[in-house]
Amino acid sequence: MQNALKELILQMADDALVLGHRNSEWTGIGPMLEEDLAFSSMAQDKIGHALALYTILHEHMGEPDPDKLGFMRKEEEYRCCQFVELPIGEYDFTLARHFLYDHAELIRYEMLVNCPFEPLAQMARKVRGELKYHVLHADTFLRELARGTEESKARMQAAIRYAWPYALGMFEITDADAQLAAAGAYAGEKERRSRWLSTVSSIINDAGLQVPEPDEAKAIYGGRKGYHSEYLKPLLDEMTEVVRLDPTAEW
Amino acid sequence: MYGSTNLTEQDAKRMSDTSAEDPQKLAEFEDRIARGEKIEPDDWMPAEYRRQLIRMIEQHAHSEIVGALPEGTWITRAPNFRRKLALIAKVQDEIGHGQLLYSAAETLGKTREQMLDDLLNGRSKYSNIFNYPAKTWADIAVIGFLVDGAAIVNQVINSKGSYGPYCRALERICYEESFHLKQGHDNFVYLATGTKQQREMLQDAINRWYRPLLHFFGPPDHLSAHSEKLMKWKVKLASNDDMRNQFLDQYVPKILELGLTLPDPNLRKNADGRWEFSDPDWEEFKRVINGDGPCNKERLAVRRYAELAGRWVREALMKPNDTYKVPLA
Ligand SMILES: [Fe+2]
Ligand SMILES: [Fe+2]
Ligand SMILES: [Fe+2]
Repeated sequence: MQNALKELILQMADDALVLGHRNSEWTGIGPMLEEDLAFSSMAQDKIGHALALYTILHEHMGEPDPDKLGFMRKEEEYRCCQFVELPIGEYDFTLARHFLYDHAELIRYEMLVNCPFEPLAQMARKVRGELKYHVLHADTFLRELARGTEESKARMQAAIRYAWPYALGMFEITDADAQLAAAGAYAGEKERRSRWLSTVSSIINDAGLQVPEPDEAKAIYGGRKGYHSEYLKPLLDEMTEVVRLDPTAEW
Repeated sequence: MYGSTNLTEQDAKRMSDTSAEDPQKLAEFEDRIARGEKIEPDDWMPAEYRRQLIRMIEQHAHSEIVGALPEGTWITRAPNFRRKLALIAKVQDEIGHGQLLYSAAETLGKTREQMLDDLLNGRSKYSNIFNYPAKTWADIAVIGFLVDGAAIVNQVINSKGSYGPYCRALERICYEESFHLKQGHDNFVYLATGTKQQREMLQDAINRWYRPLLHFFGPPDHLSAHSEKLMKWKVKLASNDDMRNQFLDQYVPKILELGLTLPDPNLRKNADGRWEFSDPDWEEFKRVINGDGPCNKERLAVRRYAELAGRWVREALMKPNDTYKVPLA
Protein backbone atom coordinates (compact mmCIF):
# COMPACT_ATOMS: atom_id res chain seq x y z
CA MET A 1 0.00 0.00 0.00
CA GLN A 2 2.84 2.40 0.86
CA ASN A 3 4.37 1.73 -2.54
CA ALA A 4 1.07 2.08 -4.36
CA LEU A 5 0.53 5.42 -2.69
CA LYS A 6 4.03 6.55 -3.62
CA GLU A 7 3.32 5.59 -7.18
CA LEU A 8 0.13 7.67 -7.27
CA ILE A 9 1.77 10.71 -5.71
CA LEU A 10 4.65 10.48 -8.13
CA GLN A 11 2.25 10.36 -11.07
CA MET A 12 0.49 13.45 -9.78
CA ALA A 13 3.69 15.34 -9.04
CA ASP A 14 5.33 14.53 -12.36
CA ASP A 15 2.20 15.50 -14.30
CA ALA A 16 2.11 18.84 -12.50
CA LEU A 17 5.82 19.53 -12.89
CA VAL A 18 5.95 18.76 -16.59
CA LEU A 19 2.76 20.59 -17.51
CA GLY A 20 3.83 23.51 -15.33
CA HIS A 21 7.08 23.56 -17.30
CA ARG A 22 5.14 23.63 -20.56
CA ASN A 23 2.73 26.33 -19.40
CA SER A 24 5.62 28.50 -18.29
CA GLU A 25 6.87 28.51 -21.87
CA TRP A 26 4.01 30.89 -22.73
CA THR A 27 5.62 33.67 -20.71
CA GLY A 28 6.03 36.62 -23.03
CA ILE A 29 4.45 35.09 -26.13
CA GLY A 30 0.76 34.64 -25.33
CA PRO A 31 -1.96 35.84 -27.74
CA MET A 32 -2.54 38.75 -25.36
CA LEU A 33 -0.94 39.94 -22.16
CA GLU A 34 -3.87 38.69 -20.10
CA GLU A 35 -3.21 35.14 -21.30
CA ASP A 36 0.52 35.42 -20.62
CA LEU A 37 -0.42 36.29 -17.09
CA ALA A 38 -2.99 33.50 -16.81
CA PHE A 39 -0.66 30.76 -18.05
CA SER A 40 2.12 32.11 -15.95
CA SER A 41 0.03 31.91 -12.80
CA MET A 42 -1.27 28.46 -13.65
CA ALA A 43 2.32 27.36 -14.23
CA GLN A 44 3.25 28.68 -10.79
CA ASP A 45 0.37 26.80 -9.24
CA LYS A 46 1.27 23.55 -10.98
CA ILE A 47 4.94 23.74 -10.13
CA GLY A 48 3.92 24.64 -6.59
CA HIS A 49 1.70 21.54 -6.45
CA ALA A 50 4.53 19.38 -7.73
CA LEU A 51 6.76 20.77 -5.01
CA ALA A 52 4.13 20.07 -2.33
CA LEU A 53 3.71 16.48 -3.55
CA TYR A 54 7.46 15.80 -3.69
CA THR A 55 7.65 17.28 -0.20
CA ILE A 56 5.07 14.73 1.00
CA LEU A 57 7.15 11.95 -0.56
CA HIS A 58 10.25 13.30 1.13
CA GLU A 59 8.82 13.98 4.57
CA HIS A 60 6.51 11.02 4.95
CA MET A 61 7.77 8.33 2.65
CA GLY A 62 11.52 8.39 2.82
CA GLU A 63 12.20 9.73 -0.67
CA PRO A 64 15.00 12.22 -1.48
CA ASP A 65 14.38 15.95 -1.14
CA PRO A 66 12.07 17.72 -3.61
CA ASP A 67 14.84 19.26 -5.72
CA LYS A 68 16.42 15.85 -6.21
CA LEU A 69 13.10 14.20 -6.96
CA GLY A 70 11.99 16.89 -9.35
CA PHE A 71 15.25 17.47 -11.18
CA MET A 72 17.61 14.54 -10.78
CA ARG A 73 15.82 11.36 -11.83
CA LYS A 74 16.36 9.45 -15.04
CA GLU A 75 13.79 9.82 -17.76
CA GLU A 76 12.35 6.34 -17.22
CA GLU A 77 11.82 7.09 -13.55
CA TYR A 78 9.28 9.81 -14.31
CA ARG A 79 5.63 8.78 -14.08
CA CYS A 80 3.88 11.56 -15.97
CA CYS A 81 1.49 10.76 -18.80
CA GLN A 82 2.67 11.53 -22.32
CA PHE A 83 -0.08 14.14 -22.73
CA VAL A 84 1.73 16.68 -20.52
CA GLU A 85 5.01 16.14 -22.35
CA LEU A 86 3.85 17.38 -25.74
CA PRO A 87 5.23 20.76 -26.83
CA ILE A 88 2.96 23.78 -26.35
CA GLY A 89 2.24 24.05 -30.07
CA GLU A 90 -0.11 26.89 -30.81
CA TYR A 91 -2.62 28.37 -28.43
CA ASP A 92 -5.40 26.05 -29.67
CA PHE A 93 -3.58 22.91 -28.57
CA THR A 94 -2.42 24.49 -25.33
CA LEU A 95 -5.96 25.49 -24.49
CA ALA A 96 -7.41 22.09 -25.41
CA ARG A 97 -4.82 20.39 -23.21
CA HIS A 98 -5.41 22.86 -20.40
CA PHE A 99 -9.15 22.12 -20.59
CA LEU A 100 -8.87 18.32 -20.84
CA TYR A 101 -6.05 17.97 -18.32
CA ASP A 102 -7.24 20.37 -15.64
CA HIS A 103 -10.68 18.79 -15.41
CA ALA A 104 -9.03 15.41 -14.92
CA GLU A 105 -6.68 16.84 -12.33
CA LEU A 106 -9.47 18.52 -10.39
CA ILE A 107 -11.40 15.24 -10.31
CA ARG A 108 -8.33 13.41 -9.03
CA TYR A 109 -7.98 15.83 -6.13
CA GLU A 110 -11.71 15.62 -5.42
CA MET A 111 -11.39 11.84 -5.24
CA LEU A 112 -8.62 12.28 -2.66
CA VAL A 113 -10.20 14.67 -0.16
CA ASN A 114 -11.12 11.76 2.12
CA CYS A 115 -7.99 9.70 1.50
CA PRO A 116 -6.89 7.99 4.73
CA PHE A 117 -3.34 9.19 4.10
CA GLU A 118 -3.89 12.55 5.78
CA PRO A 119 -1.08 14.64 4.18
CA LEU A 120 -2.48 13.89 0.74
CA ALA A 121 -6.09 14.46 1.80
CA GLN A 122 -5.11 17.76 3.33
CA MET A 123 -3.37 18.88 0.20
CA ALA A 124 -6.31 17.78 -1.96
CA ARG A 125 -8.68 19.89 0.09
CA LYS A 126 -6.45 22.90 -0.32
CA VAL A 127 -5.63 22.53 -4.00
CA ARG A 128 -9.20 21.85 -5.04
CA GLY A 129 -10.15 25.50 -4.63
CA GLU A 130 -7.24 26.71 -6.75
CA LEU A 131 -7.98 24.30 -9.54
CA LYS A 132 -11.55 25.51 -9.78
CA TYR A 133 -10.16 28.76 -11.17
CA HIS A 134 -8.06 26.88 -13.68
CA VAL A 135 -11.02 24.95 -15.07
CA LEU A 136 -13.16 28.08 -15.05
CA HIS A 137 -10.52 29.76 -17.18
CA ALA A 138 -10.36 26.78 -19.53
CA ASP A 139 -14.13 26.44 -19.85
CA THR A 140 -14.61 30.13 -20.54
CA PHE A 141 -11.98 30.27 -23.25
CA LEU A 142 -13.12 27.05 -24.86
CA ARG A 143 -16.67 28.34 -25.04
CA GLU A 144 -15.67 31.77 -26.34
CA LEU A 145 -13.37 30.40 -29.00
CA ALA A 146 -15.85 27.73 -30.07
CA ARG A 147 -18.39 30.49 -30.58
CA GLY A 148 -15.96 33.04 -32.01
CA THR A 149 -15.04 32.94 -35.68
CA GLU A 150 -15.17 30.10 -38.20
CA GLU A 151 -11.42 29.77 -37.80
CA SER A 152 -11.41 29.64 -34.03
CA LYS A 153 -14.20 27.07 -33.97
CA ALA A 154 -12.43 24.85 -36.50
CA ARG A 155 -9.15 25.18 -34.65
CA MET A 156 -10.65 24.21 -31.31
CA GLN A 157 -12.44 21.23 -32.80
CA ALA A 158 -9.22 20.03 -34.44
CA ALA A 159 -7.21 20.61 -31.29
CA ILE A 160 -9.60 18.58 -29.16
CA ARG A 161 -9.57 15.80 -31.69
CA TYR A 162 -5.77 15.78 -31.79
CA ALA A 163 -5.42 15.92 -28.00
CA TRP A 164 -8.03 13.24 -27.32
CA PRO A 165 -6.01 10.00 -27.52
CA TYR A 166 -3.32 11.58 -25.36
CA ALA A 167 -5.96 12.77 -22.91
CA LEU A 168 -7.29 9.22 -22.64
CA GLY A 169 -3.73 8.21 -21.82
CA MET A 170 -3.96 10.17 -18.54
CA PHE A 171 -6.04 7.30 -17.14
CA GLU A 172 -3.52 4.52 -17.72
CA ILE A 173 -3.91 1.84 -15.09
CA THR A 174 -0.93 0.55 -13.14
CA ASP A 175 -0.57 -2.15 -10.47
CA ALA A 176 -1.05 0.53 -7.84
CA ASP A 177 -4.59 1.15 -8.98
CA ALA A 178 -6.31 -1.96 -7.58
CA GLN A 179 -4.35 -1.82 -4.32
CA LEU A 180 -5.34 1.77 -3.66
CA ALA A 181 -8.97 1.02 -4.45
CA ALA A 182 -8.96 -2.02 -2.15
CA ALA A 183 -7.50 0.07 0.66
CA GLY A 184 -10.10 2.79 0.13
CA ALA A 185 -7.37 5.33 -0.61
CA TYR A 186 -8.24 6.22 -4.16
CA ALA A 187 -11.12 4.94 -6.28
CA GLY A 188 -8.95 4.47 -9.33
CA GLU A 189 -8.41 5.60 -12.89
CA LYS A 190 -11.48 3.94 -14.36
CA GLU A 191 -13.71 5.86 -12.02
CA ARG A 192 -11.80 9.07 -12.70
CA ARG A 193 -12.09 8.57 -16.43
CA SER A 194 -15.82 8.09 -16.34
CA ARG A 195 -16.36 11.20 -14.23
CA TRP A 196 -14.08 13.16 -16.49
CA LEU A 197 -15.79 11.96 -19.63
CA SER A 198 -19.19 13.09 -18.49
CA THR A 199 -17.89 16.51 -17.35
CA VAL A 200 -15.88 17.39 -20.42
CA SER A 201 -18.43 15.92 -22.83
CA SER A 202 -21.19 18.17 -21.62
CA ILE A 203 -18.97 21.27 -21.78
CA ILE A 204 -17.73 20.40 -25.27
CA ASN A 205 -21.31 19.81 -26.43
CA ASP A 206 -22.53 23.04 -24.89
CA ALA A 207 -19.80 24.90 -26.70
CA GLY A 208 -21.17 23.51 -29.97
CA LEU A 209 -18.25 21.18 -30.65
CA GLN A 210 -18.19 17.43 -31.11
CA VAL A 211 -16.92 15.00 -28.51
CA PRO A 212 -14.54 12.47 -30.06
CA GLU A 213 -15.25 8.76 -29.49
CA PRO A 214 -13.89 7.64 -26.13
CA ASP A 215 -12.25 4.70 -27.87
CA GLU A 216 -10.01 2.94 -25.38
CA ALA A 217 -8.01 1.32 -28.17
CA LYS A 218 -6.73 4.71 -29.26
CA ALA A 219 -5.49 5.84 -25.85
CA ILE A 220 -1.79 6.66 -25.78
CA TYR A 221 -0.40 4.89 -22.74
CA GLY A 222 3.11 4.30 -21.45
CA GLY A 223 3.98 7.33 -19.34
CA ARG A 224 2.78 5.85 -16.05
CA LYS A 225 5.15 2.93 -16.57
CA GLY A 226 8.13 5.03 -17.61
CA TYR A 227 7.71 4.84 -21.39
CA HIS A 228 7.69 8.41 -22.57
CA SER A 229 7.26 10.38 -25.74
CA GLU A 230 10.28 11.70 -27.62
CA TYR A 231 9.65 15.09 -25.95
CA LEU A 232 10.36 14.26 -22.33
CA LYS A 233 14.11 13.72 -22.57
CA PRO A 234 14.86 17.11 -24.16
CA LEU A 235 12.51 18.76 -21.66
CA LEU A 236 14.42 17.22 -18.75
CA ASP A 237 17.76 18.13 -20.30
CA GLU A 238 16.62 21.71 -20.52
CA MET A 239 15.20 21.70 -17.00
CA THR A 240 18.48 20.49 -15.53
CA GLU A 241 20.85 22.45 -17.73
CA VAL A 242 21.95 24.74 -14.90
CA VAL A 243 21.88 22.38 -11.95
CA ARG A 244 23.90 19.78 -13.87
CA LEU A 245 26.78 22.26 -14.10
CA ASP A 246 27.39 21.27 -10.51
CA PRO A 247 24.73 19.21 -8.74
CA THR A 248 26.59 19.52 -5.45
CA ALA A 249 26.69 23.33 -5.48
CA GLU A 250 24.07 25.45 -3.79
CA TRP A 251 22.03 27.40 -6.28
CA MET B 1 16.19 53.82 -19.43
CA TYR B 2 12.73 52.42 -19.14
CA GLY B 3 10.66 55.32 -20.32
CA SER B 4 13.20 57.44 -22.09
CA THR B 5 12.88 61.19 -21.98
CA ASN B 6 15.74 61.66 -24.39
CA LEU B 7 14.78 64.10 -27.09
CA THR B 8 15.90 64.46 -30.66
CA GLU B 9 16.90 68.00 -31.67
CA GLN B 10 13.64 68.22 -33.56
CA ASP B 11 11.65 67.19 -30.50
CA ALA B 12 13.43 69.71 -28.36
CA LYS B 13 12.51 72.45 -30.83
CA ARG B 14 8.85 71.41 -30.87
CA MET B 15 8.82 71.32 -27.10
CA SER B 16 10.07 74.87 -26.74
CA ASP B 17 7.41 76.19 -29.09
CA THR B 18 4.12 76.35 -27.24
CA SER B 19 2.80 79.32 -29.21
CA ALA B 20 -0.16 77.27 -30.44
CA GLU B 21 -1.42 76.76 -26.90
CA ASP B 22 -3.90 79.03 -25.12
CA PRO B 23 -1.56 81.12 -22.92
CA GLN B 24 -3.98 81.35 -20.02
CA LYS B 25 -4.67 77.62 -19.92
CA LEU B 26 -0.98 76.93 -20.24
CA ALA B 27 -0.20 79.22 -17.32
CA GLU B 28 -2.84 77.54 -15.15
CA PHE B 29 -1.52 74.14 -16.12
CA GLU B 30 2.03 75.07 -15.21
CA ASP B 31 0.88 76.60 -11.93
CA ARG B 32 -0.87 73.39 -10.98
CA ILE B 33 2.26 71.38 -11.64
CA ALA B 34 4.38 73.86 -9.72
CA ARG B 35 2.02 73.43 -6.76
CA GLY B 36 2.58 69.68 -6.94
CA GLU B 37 -0.88 68.79 -8.24
CA LYS B 38 -1.33 65.77 -10.47
CA ILE B 39 -2.72 66.11 -13.98
CA GLU B 40 -5.59 63.70 -14.69
CA PRO B 41 -6.75 62.31 -18.06
CA ASP B 42 -9.67 64.71 -18.49
CA ASP B 43 -7.72 67.80 -17.51
CA TRP B 44 -6.50 70.29 -20.07
CA MET B 45 -2.90 69.68 -21.13
CA PRO B 46 -0.61 71.03 -23.85
CA ALA B 47 -0.38 68.83 -26.95
CA GLU B 48 3.35 68.36 -26.45
CA TYR B 49 2.88 67.23 -22.86
CA ARG B 50 0.48 64.57 -24.07
CA ARG B 51 2.77 63.53 -26.89
CA GLN B 52 5.88 63.21 -24.74
CA LEU B 53 4.04 61.33 -22.02
CA ILE B 54 2.58 58.84 -24.46
CA ARG B 55 6.02 58.31 -25.88
CA MET B 56 7.60 57.80 -22.50
CA ILE B 57 4.94 55.56 -20.93
CA GLU B 58 4.63 53.51 -24.09
CA GLN B 59 8.38 52.92 -24.17
CA HIS B 60 8.29 51.94 -20.55
CA ALA B 61 5.48 49.45 -21.24
CA HIS B 62 7.39 47.95 -24.19
CA SER B 63 10.48 47.65 -21.98
CA GLU B 64 8.51 45.55 -19.51
CA ILE B 65 7.19 43.06 -22.03
CA VAL B 66 10.36 42.84 -24.11
CA GLY B 67 12.36 42.68 -20.89
CA ALA B 68 10.40 39.57 -19.96
CA LEU B 69 11.91 37.71 -22.92
CA PRO B 70 15.58 37.27 -21.94
CA GLU B 71 14.61 36.22 -18.42
CA GLY B 72 11.64 34.18 -19.59
CA THR B 73 13.86 31.71 -21.42
CA TRP B 74 15.53 30.79 -18.12
CA ILE B 75 12.35 29.84 -16.26
CA THR B 76 12.48 26.31 -17.64
CA ARG B 77 16.17 26.04 -16.73
CA ALA B 78 16.16 27.47 -13.21
CA PRO B 79 18.22 25.12 -11.01
CA ASN B 80 15.69 24.34 -8.26
CA PHE B 81 12.11 24.85 -7.17
CA ARG B 82 12.77 27.96 -5.15
CA ARG B 83 14.50 29.81 -8.00
CA LYS B 84 12.04 28.55 -10.56
CA LEU B 85 8.97 29.73 -8.67
CA ALA B 86 10.58 33.07 -7.89
CA LEU B 87 11.56 33.63 -11.52
CA ILE B 88 8.13 32.81 -12.97
CA ALA B 89 6.50 35.13 -10.48
CA LYS B 90 9.01 37.85 -11.29
CA VAL B 91 8.65 37.63 -15.04
CA GLN B 92 4.89 37.51 -14.61
CA ASP B 93 5.08 40.74 -12.62
CA GLU B 94 6.99 42.37 -15.48
CA ILE B 95 4.26 41.42 -17.95
CA GLY B 96 1.75 42.79 -15.44
CA HIS B 97 3.72 46.04 -15.34
CA GLY B 98 3.46 46.21 -19.11
CA GLN B 99 -0.29 45.76 -18.90
CA LEU B 100 -0.59 48.45 -16.24
CA LEU B 101 1.52 50.90 -18.22
CA TYR B 102 -0.32 50.33 -21.49
CA SER B 103 -3.49 51.21 -19.61
CA ALA B 104 -1.88 54.36 -18.24
CA ALA B 105 -0.79 55.38 -21.74
CA GLU B 106 -4.25 54.58 -23.13
CA THR B 107 -5.72 57.27 -20.88
CA LEU B 108 -3.89 59.73 -23.12
CA GLY B 109 -5.65 58.47 -26.23
CA LYS B 110 -3.46 55.84 -27.88
CA THR B 111 -4.71 52.25 -27.87
CA ARG B 112 -2.67 49.25 -26.80
CA GLU B 113 -3.06 47.83 -30.32
CA GLN B 114 -1.53 50.96 -31.82
CA MET B 115 1.30 50.88 -29.35
CA LEU B 116 2.06 47.23 -30.07
CA ASP B 117 1.95 47.97 -33.79
CA ASP B 118 4.45 50.77 -33.31
CA LEU B 119 6.71 48.46 -31.32
CA LEU B 120 6.78 46.02 -34.24
CA ASN B 121 7.20 48.59 -36.98
CA GLY B 122 10.04 50.23 -35.07
CA ARG B 123 8.34 53.59 -34.56
CA SER B 124 8.60 53.22 -30.82
CA LYS B 125 11.49 51.92 -28.80
CA TYR B 126 12.12 49.96 -25.64
CA SER B 127 15.00 49.95 -23.21
CA ASN B 128 18.25 49.32 -24.97
CA ILE B 129 19.46 46.93 -22.32
CA PHE B 130 17.11 44.19 -23.46
CA ASN B 131 18.92 43.97 -26.76
CA TYR B 132 21.71 42.08 -25.01
CA PRO B 133 21.56 38.33 -24.50
CA ALA B 134 21.12 36.46 -21.21
CA LYS B 135 23.79 33.85 -21.85
CA THR B 136 24.06 31.99 -18.57
CA TRP B 137 22.17 31.55 -15.32
CA ALA B 138 24.45 34.17 -13.79
CA ASP B 139 22.95 36.70 -16.19
CA ILE B 140 19.65 36.12 -14.41
CA ALA B 141 21.30 37.13 -11.15
CA VAL B 142 22.80 40.24 -12.75
CA ILE B 143 19.52 41.19 -14.38
CA GLY B 144 17.50 40.58 -11.23
CA PHE B 145 19.86 42.53 -9.03
CA LEU B 146 21.43 45.21 -11.20
CA VAL B 147 19.07 45.77 -14.13
CA ASP B 148 16.09 45.78 -11.81
CA GLY B 149 18.11 47.95 -9.44
CA ALA B 150 18.75 50.46 -12.22
CA ALA B 151 15.11 50.34 -13.24
CA ILE B 152 14.05 51.08 -9.69
CA VAL B 153 16.23 54.18 -9.55
CA ASN B 154 14.51 55.40 -12.71
CA GLN B 155 11.01 54.41 -11.66
CA VAL B 156 11.12 55.81 -8.15
CA ILE B 157 12.18 59.15 -9.58
CA ASN B 158 9.51 59.07 -12.28
CA SER B 159 6.80 58.23 -9.75
CA LYS B 160 7.11 61.81 -8.48
CA GLY B 161 6.07 63.14 -11.88
CA SER B 162 3.01 65.18 -12.77
CA TYR B 163 0.77 62.74 -14.62
CA GLY B 164 -1.57 60.99 -12.15
CA PRO B 165 -2.17 57.63 -13.89
CA TYR B 166 1.54 57.13 -14.60
CA CYS B 167 2.51 57.97 -11.01
CA ARG B 168 -0.04 55.56 -9.59
CA ALA B 169 1.09 52.78 -11.92
CA LEU B 170 4.70 53.42 -10.90
CA GLU B 171 3.92 53.30 -7.21
CA ARG B 172 2.49 49.83 -7.58
CA ILE B 173 5.34 48.78 -9.84
CA CYS B 174 7.98 50.00 -7.39
CA TYR B 175 6.34 48.02 -4.61
CA GLU B 176 6.66 44.82 -6.66
CA GLU B 177 10.14 45.72 -7.84
CA SER B 178 11.39 45.70 -4.29
CA PHE B 179 10.71 41.94 -4.22
CA HIS B 180 12.54 41.45 -7.52
CA LEU B 181 15.52 43.20 -6.07
CA LYS B 182 15.47 40.99 -2.98
CA GLN B 183 15.32 37.83 -5.08
CA GLY B 184 17.92 39.12 -7.51
CA HIS B 185 20.25 40.00 -4.66
CA ASP B 186 19.78 36.60 -3.07
CA ASN B 187 20.62 34.83 -6.33
CA PHE B 188 23.60 37.16 -6.84
CA VAL B 189 24.98 36.48 -3.35
CA TYR B 190 24.59 32.71 -3.75
CA LEU B 191 26.70 32.74 -6.89
CA ALA B 192 29.20 35.25 -5.47
CA THR B 193 29.79 33.11 -2.40
CA GLY B 194 29.46 29.76 -4.14
CA THR B 195 31.91 27.49 -5.94
CA LYS B 196 34.74 28.72 -8.13
CA GLN B 197 32.67 27.96 -11.21
CA GLN B 198 29.71 29.93 -9.88
CA ARG B 199 31.87 32.94 -9.03
CA GLU B 200 33.44 32.87 -12.47
CA MET B 201 30.07 32.72 -14.16
CA LEU B 202 28.93 35.70 -12.16
CA GLN B 203 32.07 37.73 -12.82
CA ASP B 204 31.76 37.02 -16.52
CA ALA B 205 28.15 38.17 -16.51
CA ILE B 206 29.05 41.36 -14.64
CA ASN B 207 31.77 42.09 -17.16
CA ARG B 208 29.32 41.76 -20.02
CA TRP B 209 26.53 43.82 -18.41
CA TYR B 210 28.69 46.67 -17.13
CA ARG B 211 28.49 48.82 -20.26
CA PRO B 212 24.82 48.21 -21.02
CA LEU B 213 24.14 49.23 -17.41
CA LEU B 214 25.99 52.51 -17.88
CA HIS B 215 24.04 53.02 -21.10
CA PHE B 216 20.77 52.30 -19.31
CA PHE B 217 20.25 55.88 -18.12
CA GLY B 218 20.81 57.38 -21.54
CA PRO B 219 23.57 59.55 -23.03
CA PRO B 220 25.51 61.95 -20.79
CA ASP B 221 23.88 65.31 -20.20
CA HIS B 222 26.38 67.21 -22.31
CA LEU B 223 25.49 65.05 -25.31
CA SER B 224 21.70 65.05 -24.98
CA ALA B 225 19.18 67.55 -26.23
CA HIS B 226 17.69 69.45 -23.34
CA SER B 227 14.28 70.65 -22.66
CA GLU B 228 13.63 72.90 -19.72
CA LYS B 229 9.95 72.34 -20.43
CA LEU B 230 10.11 68.62 -19.68
CA MET B 231 11.61 69.41 -16.31
CA LYS B 232 9.17 72.21 -15.63
CA TRP B 233 6.25 69.95 -16.56
CA LYS B 234 7.66 67.20 -14.35
CA VAL B 235 7.85 64.70 -17.15
CA LYS B 236 11.57 64.40 -16.63
CA LEU B 237 12.64 64.69 -13.02
CA ALA B 238 16.35 64.02 -12.95
CA SER B 239 19.13 64.25 -15.48
CA ASN B 240 20.61 61.11 -17.00
CA ASP B 241 23.93 61.74 -15.30
CA ASP B 242 22.32 62.23 -11.91
CA MET B 243 20.37 58.99 -12.18
CA ARG B 244 23.45 57.09 -13.34
CA ASN B 245 25.43 58.52 -10.47
CA GLN B 246 22.79 57.51 -7.96
CA PHE B 247 22.81 53.97 -9.36
CA LEU B 248 26.59 53.64 -9.17
CA ASP B 249 26.56 55.06 -5.68
CA GLN B 250 24.06 52.46 -4.50
CA TYR B 251 25.34 49.39 -6.31
CA VAL B 252 29.09 49.57 -6.94
CA PRO B 253 29.94 49.13 -3.23
CA LYS B 254 27.59 46.13 -3.01
CA ILE B 255 29.36 44.45 -5.92
CA LEU B 256 32.84 45.16 -4.63
CA GLU B 257 32.13 44.04 -1.09
CA LEU B 258 31.40 40.55 -2.44
CA GLY B 259 34.95 40.42 -3.81
CA LEU B 260 33.82 40.91 -7.39
CA THR B 261 35.28 43.45 -9.78
CA LEU B 262 34.04 45.83 -12.43
CA PRO B 263 35.77 45.84 -15.81
CA ASP B 264 36.81 49.48 -15.75
CA PRO B 265 40.15 50.67 -14.28
CA ASN B 266 38.88 54.25 -14.31
CA LEU B 267 35.79 53.65 -12.24
CA ARG B 268 36.05 55.64 -9.03
CA LYS B 269 34.35 58.22 -6.90
CA ASN B 270 35.98 61.63 -7.18
CA ALA B 271 36.48 64.25 -4.48
CA ASP B 272 33.06 65.78 -5.25
CA GLY B 273 31.38 62.46 -4.62
CA ARG B 274 30.62 61.92 -8.31
CA TRP B 275 31.42 58.64 -10.02
CA GLU B 276 33.89 58.73 -12.90
CA PHE B 277 34.25 55.97 -15.46
CA SER B 278 35.75 55.28 -18.86
CA ASP B 279 33.76 56.28 -21.91
CA PRO B 280 31.31 53.40 -22.29
CA ASP B 281 31.22 53.85 -26.06
CA TRP B 282 28.19 55.98 -26.78
CA GLU B 283 28.51 55.09 -30.45
CA GLU B 284 27.65 51.53 -29.57
CA PHE B 285 24.66 52.80 -27.60
CA LYS B 286 23.44 54.63 -30.70
CA ARG B 287 24.01 51.64 -32.92
CA VAL B 288 22.06 49.34 -30.63
CA ILE B 289 19.19 51.77 -30.17
CA ASN B 290 18.92 52.11 -33.91
CA GLY B 291 18.42 48.41 -34.33
CA ASP B 292 21.89 46.98 -34.64
CA GLY B 293 22.39 45.33 -31.25
CA PRO B 294 23.05 41.65 -30.63
CA CYS B 295 19.38 40.78 -30.00
CA ASN B 296 17.19 43.50 -31.53
CA LYS B 297 16.06 41.27 -34.38
CA GLU B 298 15.43 38.29 -32.17
CA ARG B 299 13.38 40.27 -29.63
CA LEU B 300 11.15 41.81 -32.27
CA ALA B 301 10.83 38.50 -34.08
CA VAL B 302 9.48 36.89 -30.92
CA ARG B 303 7.00 39.72 -30.37
CA ARG B 304 5.97 39.51 -34.02
CA TYR B 305 5.43 35.78 -33.70
CA ALA B 306 3.25 36.37 -30.62
CA GLU B 307 1.21 38.98 -32.47
CA LEU B 308 0.71 36.87 -35.57
CA ALA B 309 0.17 33.52 -33.87
CA GLY B 310 -2.31 35.08 -31.46
CA ARG B 311 -4.32 37.06 -33.96
CA TRP B 312 -7.01 34.42 -34.45
CA VAL B 313 -7.57 34.31 -30.71
CA ARG B 314 -7.97 38.06 -30.41
CA GLU B 315 -10.27 38.17 -33.42
CA ALA B 316 -12.44 35.42 -32.01
CA LEU B 317 -12.77 37.15 -28.66
CA MET B 318 -13.61 40.52 -30.12
CA LYS B 319 -17.34 41.08 -30.13
CA PRO B 320 -18.54 42.74 -33.34
CA ASN B 321 -20.10 45.61 -31.37
CA ASP B 322 -17.10 46.25 -29.16
CA THR B 323 -16.07 49.85 -29.14
CA TYR B 324 -12.86 51.18 -27.71
CA LYS B 325 -13.18 52.52 -24.18
CA VAL B 326 -10.58 54.63 -22.47
CA PRO B 327 -9.69 52.72 -19.33
CA LEU B 328 -9.84 54.28 -15.91
CA ALA B 329 -6.37 54.25 -14.49
FE1 LIG C 1 3.10 37.70 -9.78
FE1 LIG D 1 8.96 45.91 -14.03
FE1 LIG E 1 11.39 43.98 -12.08
